[in-house]
Amino acid sequence: MPLDPEELQPLAQPLSVEDQDLLPEGGEAQEDGGFLRNMVRVFAENKLAIVSLAFLIFMVLFCFVGPHLYVTNQTNAQLALQNSTQNAPPSSSHILGTDDTGFDILGRLMYGGQISLIVGFLAAIVATVLGVIYGALAGFFGGWFDSLLMRFVDIGLSIPVLFLLIALVTIYRPTASLLIVVIAAVSWLVPARLIRAETLTLRTREYVQAVRVMGGSRKRIIGRHIIPNSVGTIVVFATFDVADSILLLAALGFLGLGVPAPQTDWGTMLSNGVNYAANGYWWEIYPVGLCIVLVVVALNYMGDALRDALEVRLQRR
Amino acid sequence: MLGYLIRRLGQAIIVILGVTLIVFILSQLIPGGQARAALGPRATPAQLRHFNVVNGFNQPLWVQYWHYILGLLKGNLGYSYKNNQGVTALIMNRLPKTITLVGASTILALVVAIPIGMAQAVRRNSAFDYTMTAVSFFLYAMPAFLIGELLILFFSFKLHWFPSQPPSDASAWAVFTDPRAFVLPVLSLAALTIAGFSRYMRSSVLDTLTEDYIRTAKAKGGTPRRVLYGHAFRNALLPILTLIGLTLPAIVGGALITEDVFNYPGMGLLTVQAAGNDDIPLVLGTTLVATIATVLGSLIADLLYAAADPRIRLEASE
Repeated sequence: MPLDPEELQPLAQPLSVEDQDLLPEGGEAQEDGGFLRNMVRVFAENKLAIVSLAFLIFMVLFCFVGPHLYVTNQTNAQLALQNSTQNAPPSSSHILGTDDTGFDILGRLMYGGQISLIVGFLAAIVATVLGVIYGALAGFFGGWFDSLLMRFVDIGLSIPVLFLLIALVTIYRPTASLLIVVIAAVSWLVPARLIRAETLTLRTREYVQAVRVMGGSRKRIIGRHIIPNSVGTIVVFATFDVADSILLLAALGFLGLGVPAPQTDWGTMLSNGVNYAANGYWWEIYPVGLCIVLVVVALNYMGDALRDALEVRLQRR
Repeated sequence: MLGYLIRRLGQAIIVILGVTLIVFILSQLIPGGQARAALGPRATPAQLRHFNVVNGFNQPLWVQYWHYILGLLKGNLGYSYKNNQGVTALIMNRLPKTITLVGASTILALVVAIPIGMAQAVRRNSAFDYTMTAVSFFLYAMPAFLIGELLILFFSFKLHWFPSQPPSDASAWAVFTDPRAFVLPVLSLAALTIAGFSRYMRSSVLDTLTEDYIRTAKAKGGTPRRVLYGHAFRNALLPILTLIGLTLPAIVGGALITEDVFNYPGMGLLTVQAAGNDDIPLVLGTTLVATIATVLGSLIADLLYAAADPRIRLEASE
């Protein structure tokens, strides 16, 4: 996957000396509610982000509510082969035409979209949770423990993601739930690094040291102070990671390693469609390609807006 | 410089050792073990036992890992039972083609992205800047396979300018003998990185323009052209070497998809075919080789950076 250079740096820069003087002392977790509200407001001022959010909500409704309104057969290949023409162009009976099995493409976009969206979202959540815990532990304990954990992250990050993903998928035959685990397994490394960097700056703050002096347990410091205060960074990463996970799943599907039939996902659909690229069956390529690109663009715009909101939050406090 | 070189080399060796450990662990995770993967689901327990004894898979794990490492040092990456051929031989046939593809497209991406990023920084917030930002955002969101397919649809099927795939037995040198067949794969892979590179270049130039030495150069009466070309651009160019090193894993991953789209007979296509074939030893072999190639590529990029920028090697040798 292409790499956004900005993602390579910690999302929240350490505060400058000036900013630190302005910080209110003692940031318990509740403080963050105020920061979050501030973030939401800045986010809402960004029109592109709001349009993106609206589009994503529309796509979720399209994929999950749509099949109840626009009922099509998407599971029985036998029936589809009997009842409809294969590779039929768009018409009144099939708004976006049919594929090579005779499945209705519009219905298939919804059906495949369910897998793409569920896998994308859940993989991002699993990866973020794993990475946050790992990074917070490494950053908080420091020393050789931190070096060991981070060296492992370095090693993991040096393996090209797709190769690792393909190796995992070849060893364990893919099902939708397994794909969530596998995609999460290759994408928790980046948040681990981000949260570690954040933890390193947070753990020297006065309020964290104060908790420590007062005898607060390590569990309490990490769980009540460090993770809640990194919530902005976490949310921004998770948003970008949903986009990346959807792309990774699409890439696997395109390579023929997506969910097994009769299930499908957008990547598998596209892979199927491009077999007929030379025949000019555009309805099997462009609609599903557009779905992938637009969802990913929308998520990236949202991630950008959240990052801006986070930066504004840091500037204002 | 020597201190930095040794430290950076040691780092690369640790990473490579770690990757061999990960690949070894993956090979242990195969359900039913390597014997089952090699002999298939119908093998009898006696056959499986025999296979394990012959191949040493009944020994303690650390002994197996040790033998694995010794084998790697001799260039033995394992055996592909599906192909009845050593993994090393299969990969060595394909590796040069992937290196050619990655190298050519990275150079193309740099040649295109650097001037664009510079122009964007110089004319910051102009219509050109906004347009290029929008384009790079769009390119960035495009999945690799979609860029490739769109290029095929347009340039190959519609305009008939370029073939949609290179000759299947093409050697790495075919780039020079039959360049037309390589235009689309290289273009498609370059498109992925142009977005990232140009955005990075833009911010790098903008950062450099705020440096003290730029102000000094202006104060000494340097013409804008001289300040820009003689001072700003030269300094802004350096960090992109690091970016190449960092982006390399992503480029190699992108190459895998590009090779699949264009049926380009490199290591990525070999991996995809092996995955479709359940050939686990081959997939693990290509994963290891792709990673080692990536680590070495990053190492070279970092060493070049250190050679070009005295600040890096001085800082590192402290």
